[in-house]
Amino acid sequence: MLKRIISSIRGIGHHVIDSTWRLGYASRFFILVLLKSSTSLRRIGLVIRELYFTGVLSLIIILVSGLFVGMVLGLQGYETLQKFGSESAVGALVALSLVRELGPVVAALLFASRAGSAITAEIGLMKATEQLSAMGMMAVDPVARVVAPRFWAGVISMPFLAAMFSVMGVFGGYLVTVVFIGVDEGSFWSQMQNNVDFRIDIVNGVIKSCFFGVAVTAIAVFEGYDAPPTAEGVSGATTRTVVTSSLAILGLDFILTAFMFRGIS
Amino acid sequence: MQRTTMDLWVGLFVMLGIGALLILSLKVGNLGTYGAGQSYDLVGNFENIGGLKVRAPVKSAGVVVGRVTDIQFSLETYDAVVTMRIGDHYKFPKDTFASILTAGLLGEQYIGLDAGGEEAMLKDGDKVMLTNSAIVLEEMVGRFLFDEAAKVDTDLE
Repeated sequence: MLKRIISSIRGIGHHVIDSTWRLGYASRFFILVLLKSSTSLRRIGLVIRELYFTGVLSLIIILVSGLFVGMVLGLQGYETLQKFGSESAVGALVALSLVRELGPVVAALLFASRAGSAITAEIGLMKATEQLSAMGMMAVDPVARVVAPRFWAGVISMPFLAAMFSVMGVFGGYLVTVVFIGVDEGSFWSQMQNNVDFRIDIVNGVIKSCFFGVAVTAIAVFEGYDAPPTAEGVSGATTRTVVTSSLAILGLDFILTAFMFRGIS
Repeated sequence: MQRTTMDLWVGLFVMLGIGALLILSLKVGNLGTYGAGQSYDLVGNFENIGGLKVRAPVKSAGVVVGRVTDIQFSLETYDAVVTMRIGDHYKFPKDTFASILTAGLLGEQYIGLDAGGEEAMLKDGDKVMLTNSAIVLEEMVGRFLFDEAAKVDTDLE
């Protein structure tokens, strides 16, 4: 009996020490990537190549989902606001929810599953096929040559993707409420502009998406670099990237929102 | 893929992103109406500001002429000190009346400015002397009940 209790306590301790060690390892890897970024900034071509794969190829999913999210927001917002006779506020509702929350968060979630998983799988497979060790043999630093450009490309493309998501969402909301349902166009835009503040809403939304970009790509490159060099290991790492970065996005979002929007109307 | 086509796509991507940010700030946000030009500050003391908040609009004749930038509690006069930023091209006379009003029955509160007739204009940092507090519903109901009770008393006499 006593033995069983002791072994279960030992199990908890083992788990905690393990995860703490992994967190420390991940943070050290993150700092290493930052320290080795100077190469990728000097050879900007590497970053541009990765921008194509992470940014440009994510455009379709981001734009289409933004459009549909905006359309749904417009439809649902109209249905509810119309009960209170204030359907002209639907523009403000759509724009505020997109710019403050949905734009950065949903774009980051899509980005994590579209680009983050691809980054992890690519780096993990490079490790499994010993391409990274081969680079090391040729005195090419794999962190500077492979990891840092992917990291920076993700960080750069995330705010742009989030902004495009919000713009498409606002357009979708406009399409549904003004064009299809027939809300007055003038009040749609003027309510929106009266309620969305540049400093508080838009700049904070962009700051949020920058944080999410760093979190998603840092997790993706770490999981790829840390993946066990087997087919199973790479697939597990890819899954972990999507799960961990989604949780990180939502958790970070709560913390950032609490700091940014507390006490503002 | 060829390096040049990739460059083209990435260039397009970055331009689209910057364009989206511009649309967000100008068309969706209020950067266009942010008063890129000059503005000046006015101060007003209010006995009770009700639910007035920072960033609430300052209107005159229904037109937004500025915004509330700061609300403080004064320990000298025990009332609220409200700072308003007014667009530079809107000038108001010294005897302007500032009152806290409500948009609609349950709408947000804003400051209404009623221009007076004096020649001298308010300058940066000036204090609006004539102010009118927010109407607090409880006080109004209380006053109404008190008046009714008084009326019943006089009727009985």
